[in-house]
Amino acid sequence: MTEFLHMGGYGFYVWSSFGLTTVILLANIIEPILHHKNALKEADDFYSEEN
Amino acid sequence: MNILIKWYYRLGAPLWFYPLAGKLIPWVAALFLLFLIPGLYMGLVTAPADYQQGESFRIMYVHVPAAWMSMFVYLAMAIAAVVALVWRVRMAEIMIISAVPIGASFALIALLTGAFWGKPMWGAWWVWDARLTSELILLFIYLGILALYNAIEDKTTAGKAMSILTLVGVVNLPIIHYSVVWWNTLHQAATVSVFDKPSIHIDMLIPLLLMATAFKFLFLLILLLKMRANLIEQDVHSGWVKKIILDKQAEMEKEHD
Repeated sequence: MTEFLHMGGYGFYVWSSFGLTTVILLANIIEPILHHKNALKEADDFYSEEN
Repeated sequence: MNILIKWYYRLGAPLWFYPLAGKLIPWVAALFLLFLIPGLYMGLVTAPADYQQGESFRIMYVHVPAAWMSMFVYLAMAIAAVVALVWRVRMAEIMIISAVPIGASFALIALLTGAFWGKPMWGAWWVWDARLTSELILLFIYLGILALYNAIEDKTTAGKAMSILTLVGVVNLPIIHYSVVWWNTLHQAATVSVFDKPSIHIDMLIPLLLMATAFKFLFLLILLLKMRANLIEQDVHSGWVKKIILDKQAEMEKEHD
């Protein structure tokens, strides 16, 4: 396991790359889910007031 | 008749697209994981270390798919831009503005992981090499398109301006692709090409193709999520959103009874 994390001495570079990729892509998935939720809530409020 | 067609494109299309995209999302997510998990396992564990670069070459499994996607997303946007300009399809504009942040993210990932690969292999985080510079320009083009769209209040005008700018930026794509051929660059040449036999061992190639396919499905997943959010936000006061909200409220009331 230690050897796997060590990556033949390149562990810092390999895991930084995979880590940054994960963070950026996860943010890309979470952002539209929250955006969609907020937009739906806004629409819900708008039509609730109308009635 | 013409007015009817225009009405369909402007307002009618979201009414079927929105629920369809909602149904597709879990399937696309499943396909993404189906390719991602074996791709990661083979890329990080079973693929043999490179004879020159050792274990550092594993950065390729995020770097190359991200770089490919940064160009693929742009190409998809350019096709949508033609559709938006020629046939006035608003859905194509929604697709472009939803794809821009995803393409920018892929370009950013390609640049960052490239820096983490360049440092141990070339001894430098960054060099003003043709491939790196043209990819950086791609990131700036993405950001420029986003800024332009957000700067124009009227979304019909904004959509048109954005589509034109997208088409102008296409010029950069062949420059990125051929930069390693046209200029004497530090960046290595392509290892996988459509026409030639790949200059990479099959055990290294399979995880690369798995990761590239996973990234394609991930793009589709994020695109559908973003398009749904943007559609609801822009069309809050339109008939189709009203219908969806009222249906939802009626369903909630039914559950309460």
